[in-house]
Amino acid sequence: MIEQDWIWGLVGGLMIGSAAALFLLVNGRIMGASGILGGLVDGSGKSNWTERAAFIAGLIVVPLLMLPIYTEVDTHISTNPAVLIAAGLLVGIGTRLANGCTSGHGVCGISRFSLRGMVATVFYLMAGGISVLLFKHILGVI
Amino acid sequence: MRAFFALISGGLFGAGLLVSGMVDTTKVQGWLDVFGDWDPTLAFVLGGAIIPMAIAWRFTIGRAPKLGGTFPEKPNPRIGHNLVVGSVLFGAGWGLAGLCPGPAMASLTFAGWSGPLFVASMIVGMLVAPPVRSWVDGIAASS
Repeated sequence: MIEQDWIWGLVGGLMIGSAAALFLLVNGRIMGASGILGGLVDGSGKSNWTERAAFIAGLIVVPLLMLPIYTEVDTHISTNPAVLIAAGLLVGIGTRLANGCTSGHGVCGISRFSLRGMVATVFYLMAGGISVLLFKHILGVI
Repeated sequence: MRAFFALISGGLFGAGLLVSGMVDTTKVQGWLDVFGDWDPTLAFVLGGAIIPMAIAWRFTIGRAPKLGGTFPEKPNPRIGHNLVVGSVLFGAGWGLAGLCPGPAMASLTFAGWSGPLFVASMIVGMLVAPPVRSWVDGIAASS
């Protein structure tokens, strides 16, 4: 079953990359989830808020509409409020300081050989690996 | 028109996140779990996403966006302390919950109360980021 997951991973990845390509070639913008949301949250994206809000609406609503065909989807998300709040704060602060997340630095940055995107990706991957090692294997909280 | 194509792009992004399995936090944590039961799916997702974007970047040369304006310029390659500190904090949170901003929003409607709690905390994090940035800048300037 794992090999099938890889194929769906590749198909989904191609869809994510196509979404980013569309946003770049048509709207002339970088598809970075944290930047699009962050600009709405702190008001820095006021001048193009409709574009941002429309992107987020599509991102939230389309998976919801697909649920009838993805009946077995399970997020396996934590139910520990402390874990969710701590992780949410870290992701929110971190992506704004770094000016990007997996989509902005990872997908859009690496694909144009941006040094910043590649350095950011190396650091968040390393930190993510250490985080899982610490919280799962050493502390056992996740 | 800008909003319409943004809606389509966001929708395709969300559909891709669902199809690829990236809304499943255990798959993300499995990818980061190099010392445990490693799951390589995320490498296929990232690899698959980079292919259309690499082509798209080539296509921007000598052209302008369809709806006007200019393409984003390549950022200054300087690696600042905020890029490193921010990426480390983000990575720590990503590993802890198995969620980054895209999948967190994509799974908002079907992750019980945990999804909205994570997204609300992320928004609070984004709001408190400016003072944290000033604090990090202060430490960097004094060292």
